[in-house]
Amino acid sequence: MKIAFSAKGTTPESPLDARFGRTARFLVFDPEMETWGTVENTQNLNAAQGAGIQSAQNVIRSGAKAVVTGGHCGPKAFDVLRAADIEVFASDAPSVAEALRLFQTGKLERIDAADVEGHWA
Amino acid sequence: MILAVASGKGGTGKTTVALSLASVAKNRIIYVDCDVEEPNAHLFLNPRIDRSDEICIPVPFVDETRCTHCGKCASICRYGAIASLPAMTLVFEELCHGCGGCTIACPVSAITEKQHRIGVVESGSSDVLERVTLVQGRIDVGVPLSPPLIRAAKKAADDEKNVLLDCPPGTSCPMIASVRGADYVALVTEPTPFGLHDLSLAVETLRELALPFGVIINRSCERDGIIEAFCDATGTAILGRIPDDRRVAEAYSRGVIPTAESPLMRRVCERVAESAAERASEKGVRR
Repeated sequence: MKIAFSAKGTTPESPLDARFGRTARFLVFDPEMETWGTVENTQNLNAAQGAGIQSAQNVIRSGAKAVVTGGHCGPKAFDVLRAADIEVFASDAPSVAEALRLFQTGKLERIDAADVEGHWA
Repeated sequence: MILAVASGKGGTGKTTVALSLASVAKNRIIYVDCDVEEPNAHLFLNPRIDRSDEICIPVPFVDETRCTHCGKCASICRYGAIASLPAMTLVFEELCHGCGGCTIACPVSAITEKQHRIGVVESGSSDVLERVTLVQGRIDVGVPLSPPLIRAAKKAADDEKNVLLDCPPGTSCPMIASVRGADYVALVTEPTPFGLHDLSLAVETLRELALPFGVIINRSCERDGIIEAFCDATGTAILGRIPDDRRVAEAYSRGVIPTAESPLMRRVCERVAESAAERASEKGVRR
């Protein structure tokens, strides 16, 4: 099962991005192949609205079934991810690699509802 | 004549000026409160509302039995209001601007449009000023998109000869939707650095829209020079100055139109109304 991480850098050593919708990219780990892939998310950085929705579609297209963010996920992104049966986890781990380790040992907390307000609500 | 009262900066006295101008009108006038997120002219005009229309925008409704999940609707939507998932299409109505692009883009006609309410437009004649009829837009709580409602409120005054548009602050879409189509725009400002800054943005915006405009300095005092220098440098007319008179503020705070208690305010507004009408006709835009 592929896992997507909102990441500030391009390698697993880089920190998680606390933002889901406006993260610059997702690093996607494939546990079967033990490989990392990158999904750029830059089209959202300057989007006036709907960044979370676009981000969630990028995650879906990557084939990931779980997503780990540095902290936050808004209501619309959450709706889209839930509609596609993708689980959302939050982590304060210092790096993507560490967050993956915590995920694989079942130590990450699953988010069951959006934890920040939408910008339009 | 369609006269818009706008500002740039909020709280400079748009409604004070617009109401005062309405109070010195010699003919029947329609007062349109375009500040649909917080309309307040009704507090002063005390209208007998006898008409209320729901205003809606068209939003997409996806027939999942026909949808092939090709994603064309989501990719054309510049507002990001549609999420196309492998087995489902999600519509976020609150992000939709009602442009209709997705309906056209759908290759299998799976999208129809349904009406999504954004607010109401109400109207009625004023109990306070006998020549004035108020039209106001009131946006529903939680709706972020005001221009369609502003346009609907203005449309209610379409066939009228004398219209006063009380515009929302700022220089973004709501302000532009409000001033568009006006014969003349009176920009209310105050002699402060903040007032000057936002005035200059409003002037730039109106130049872009090719609308004629002049400036009214509210709370006029010994610091007016900051606005005068700007008006000199940009060739902008100063239509009038409203002195920093406590009676104006006191009347306003009690819900009384200031001209009723300040003869000076009345004289200033009479002059401003004349001056704006002359300038609008000079520009040859009089209807």
